[in-house]
This record gives sequence, structure tokens and C-alpha cells, in this order.
Amino acid sequence: MSELPSEVQSWIGQVRYEEETEFDVERGYIFTTCSSVQNGNPLFWDDQVAQELTGGPIAPPTMLSVWFRPHHWAPGRTKPLQPLQVHFDLKEKLDLPEAIMTDNEIVFAEPVRPGDRLRTRQILRSVSDPKTTKLGKGRFWVIEVEYLNQRDELVGRESYTGFGYRRSEA
Amino acid sequence: MSAERHMLTIDQVKAGDVVPAFTVDVSATTVVLGALASRDWRPMHHDKDFAVQRNGVKDIFLNTPAQAAWFERYITDWTGPAGRLGRMKFRMKDSVFAGDRMVFRGVVEQVETDATGCSWVDVALSLKVGEKLVTSCAARVAIPANASDNPWKRRGENWKP
Repeated sequence: MSELPSEVQSWIGQVRYEEETEFDVERGYIFTTCSSVQNGNPLFWDDQVAQELTGGPIAPPTMLSVWFRPHHWAPGRTKPLQPLQVHFDLKEKLDLPEAIMTDNEIVFAEPVRPGDRLRTRQILRSVSDPKTTKLGKGRFWVIEVEYLNQRDELVGRESYTGFGYRRSEA
Repeated sequence: MSAERHMLTIDQVKAGDVVPAFTVDVSATTVVLGALASRDWRPMHHDKDFAVQRNGVKDIFLNTPAQAAWFERYITDWTGPAGRLGRMKFRMKDSVFAGDRMVFRGVVEQVETDATGCSWVDVALSLKVGEKLVTSCAARVAIPANASDNPWKRRGENWKP
């Protein structure tokens, strides 16, 4: 059984990639997301309903991760930034070229509203011993992401389980 | 519009209740819409050649946030807009590909009121393609105790999902 590299071991429990989203939460993306899944919930389309229920417009709770995904390109950027960078760091350090997400748990706190500017931070919680699945041989890992708004209120906490692997040869 | 909106209250729900099934035919456009809406630029969600040749799968497939958005839509179609998601946990056992027909189903597992007076429904949800279970999801959603209650008003110590 191969040992976990010490550098990766040191990442477990460490807060990494504390960052602010690249743009304020805005309604265009809220409408685009609702449209993409034909979500007609009037809370997101009808300002009167939003005012009555939530004191004004909010984003669908499951959009939490949308706000911290970086632009594919930005001026001066020499290579694309990756969302959930810890996931990609693990792929690189463990030499596992492919990866999928298997589990995702989201706990929702304060609603996210247009104009909010969110901060996130990533914490690697665990990395498994090597495992073999139908996809190939690799490792599972769990990454937690916390989301705070500009008032330091927790808006959500998300946990991802990923499986990084090298494809089995046919 | 708001006066007539659908609102599920806790007295209307009990363990064992079935959430009406919901079917979606997934096209390449569905997959790409979901990926772009969630700002996921990775090629396996828009480039079939990449998905087939690099990932070894049959086509482009829905990304995680898009699946979450579909589950949210399914849940709040049932509860109405006063339903407030507290927690979702889902496990993806396989992928939903362009060309698949996905079917969402749900069963109420538990109904309870917590110490703060918030009414909760725990729902076991599934997303199947044919007979294959693709994703299972456990959702905890707050719904009004009565017509004058509003889970969205809860904050801080009064919101414990």
C-alpha cells in the first residue's frame, strides 16, 4: 500500500485558499440557474413573493458553490484558476489524472442575496488509502468548503467527497 | 399571485408520504445549460470527445451543482416557496448523460418540530435513469407549521438544520 505523501498529509485539517468571490452575487445568474432547471419557484421570479417571504430577492440555496467559481479567463491571468483548488492539488500531488465527485453535502444558513460578496475557505478533511473501483485505482478524499458573507455570517457549509483515479487499462 | 401560491404545511405531511414523481429528458443542451449556469467550465460537461476519450464515458454528463439545482427544484415544487432547504446530502453512484431520461422520486422519512419550533421534513429522494439508481439524496427541509408561519424568517439560534 503506497504511503500518503507527507505534503498531502500536512494539508489535512489546514485552512487553505481563503478567497473572496470574483463578483457580487447578482440576479442574472439566479435567473440563468432557475431557467436551466426550469425552476418556476416565484420566490426567485416574483419580487412581491420575495419581499413577503424573505424580505427581498435571494438566490436558490443550492447555488452556493456557483459564486466562488472563477472566470475561465481574466486579464493578466496566465492559466485558468480552478474552483475547489484543493481537489486539483490532490490530483496533481497524487498523480491521479482523472477525478469525479461521489458525495456532496450542503448545509444552508443565512440566505444569499444579490449584492452579497462571499468569502470561502477550503479544508481537506481526509484522504483514503488506495482503492480500486470500476473506474480505476485511486483515492477518495473529503474537502469542506465554508461560505461567509460580507457581514461574516455563515451562509453555508459544503462537503465534497471526490475520487481521484488512474483509468484501468482495458 | 402571492395570495394564491401553493404552501405545504406540516399538518399536511406524514412519514411515508410520496412526493409526486418528476421526469426530465436530458439533452446535451440540458447538460450545457446546467454547467454554464453553475460556472463549471470543465470539458466533460460540454465536450463529448473529451468525455469519451479522457473520462471513458459515453457522453457529456450533468455536473454536481446542476444535479443539486434539479433536486432543489423538485423539492420546492412540492413544498411551495415557503419551503426552506436546511440540508442536502447526495451520493452520485453514476452519471446522468445527454440522452438519458431522469426520474425523481421522494418519500417522507420523518416529520418533526425542533426545540425552536421549526417544522422539519426529512425526505429520501432518488434520481433514476431507467431502473438504475444514479443519485440518492437525503434532504431536510423546513416548512411552515401553519399558514402564518414562515421558515425563512428564522435566523441564528432559531435556524438549526
